[in-house]
Amino acid sequence: MLRQDLAQIASWIESNSRILDLGCGDGALLKHLRDSHNCAGYGIEIADASVLECVRREVNVIQADLESGLRMFADAMFDTVVLSQTLQAMHKVEYILREMIRVGRRGIVSFPNFGHWRHAVSLLAGHMPVTPDIPYQWYDTPNIHLCTPRDFELLAARLELRITDRALLARGQPLKFVPNLRATVAVYRFERV
Amino acid sequence: MASGSSASSVGIVTPQTMHFAAPLSLSSGAQLAEYDVRYETYGTLNARRSNAVLVCHALNASHHVAGTYADQPRSTGWWDNMVGPGKPIDTRRFFVIGINNPGSCFGSTGPMSISPATGKPYGAAFPVVTVEDWVNVQARVADALGIERLAAVAGGSLGGMQALSWAIQYPHRIAHSIAIATTPKLSAQNIAFNDVARSAIRSDPDFHGGDYYAHGVIPRRGLRVARMIGHITYLSGDDMTERFGRSLRTQDYAFGYGAEFEVESYLRYQGEKFSEYFDANTYLLITRALDYFDPAREHDGDLIRALAPALARFLLISFTTDWRFAPERGREIVAALIANGRDVSYAEIDAPHGHDAFLLDEPRYHHVVAAYFDRIAAELA
Repeated sequence: MLRQDLAQIASWIESNSRILDLGCGDGALLKHLRDSHNCAGYGIEIADASVLECVRREVNVIQADLESGLRMFADAMFDTVVLSQTLQAMHKVEYILREMIRVGRRGIVSFPNFGHWRHAVSLLAGHMPVTPDIPYQWYDTPNIHLCTPRDFELLAARLELRITDRALLARGQPLKFVPNLRATVAVYRFERV
Repeated sequence: MASGSSASSVGIVTPQTMHFAAPLSLSSGAQLAEYDVRYETYGTLNARRSNAVLVCHALNASHHVAGTYADQPRSTGWWDNMVGPGKPIDTRRFFVIGINNPGSCFGSTGPMSISPATGKPYGAAFPVVTVEDWVNVQARVADALGIERLAAVAGGSLGGMQALSWAIQYPHRIAHSIAIATTPKLSAQNIAFNDVARSAIRSDPDFHGGDYYAHGVIPRRGLRVARMIGHITYLSGDDMTERFGRSLRTQDYAFGYGAEFEVESYLRYQGEKFSEYFDANTYLLITRALDYFDPAREHDGDLIRALAPALARFLLISFTTDWRFAPERGREIVAALIANGRDVSYAEIDAPHGHDAFLLDEPRYHHVVAAYFDRIAAELA
């Protein structure tokens, strides 16, 4: 079973395409895309244990820190560049989004929706939210750039990224009714304007 | 599965020698009329002859990769922690071959060998050999063993260069290339260190222009210094600080030039030990082979084009504290492979031991190699 945002991402990826997965973790998405979509590509991951897991899964993995960019990759090498559940933990958010669209024709990002109603309730009660999708205490969190879907859309416009697809998910299902408040995860696909 | 207490040694091993009567054309244009190659094998070649793994040695090592020699309990092979039953390169699954490269001094034809033309040791007349020449010799050994295609070629440092060169020179004969702590070419600084080492040897009065065998001497002082210089580049600065700091062997400063600091004592010991078993001409030859390695050279410096013929899948590993062949150099190879659309994985191991880490028992490193070889074994099944 793929994580809910990964399943959504996979549904947007064409067969036989070339993929770069930034912060690929244990390689689950790349393995899925290889086995069921005949996609080729590489993952970038910094954690030793995840790199090892990728090697076990026969997924091409490059151990590197995303913050230093994608210098290893030439322009337009990939059909799609994926950044799942990592944007919110990056220092240089604008830089990585620009890099994604430099090395790929399309980008896909997923991130936890900080605008979820439960977060608002938590804040009203006087506490930083701690939920299954943002399971960290404020003093011990890797998440430094949390945002809402609307926030992301504003940034995308500023960086001249054209959003072609959007999915706001809860329990793996896309939401239609007040999704900005009810979605736990936001997934966007975009291309260069 | 990986290194650990469950792993054991290949046990007692015996080197073998292959004689080649057909001349070998070298990169320099010279020829080696005939030559011997010393090698060892561990494990069993399967019926399809598909499970062979060639392990390539670096500067001062040899064909003796794993196990020990009978009656020599301290003769453990140089990569015994990596190669053996239950070890990352598991000899229960793979037929592992170690080859002493010609020009070296451990049984294959080299400067110490008798030249058929003169009846005397080659000495300075031994031709300069390159990584490419060694790979050609290794391919002949594989031919002689009836192995058309190697499951993998693996090596660290200069051995990693051979693993890369195999993929370029014999793209159809290698399924996987495992290149560790290596570089696509030496930097000016790397060459400079080599030249200092060679200068130490060549300026030793006992060197006699490379023909010291006839004089019954060896340029031991030069070799010692060469090894001391080399050894400094194998360790990280932090590792040296950790191991030696400024510790003194004496009570206090002796106000002289003896080995007062622990680090001096260590380096002198390493130099002394090395000068007892290593041939000075071989040191010159192998450091020159390092200097000359640059597969991009004949492609206007374009490593992407140099690696274009490669069909193998690659595992590259660098160590964060390796300043001899730093991670940036490993990444250059990775980038060129990616540009060619090749399958490649790259692990950058955060280990404190500098260049020498590739020889050490670092679990994260060994786990990656073990996982990669598991996958090669799975492909063979």
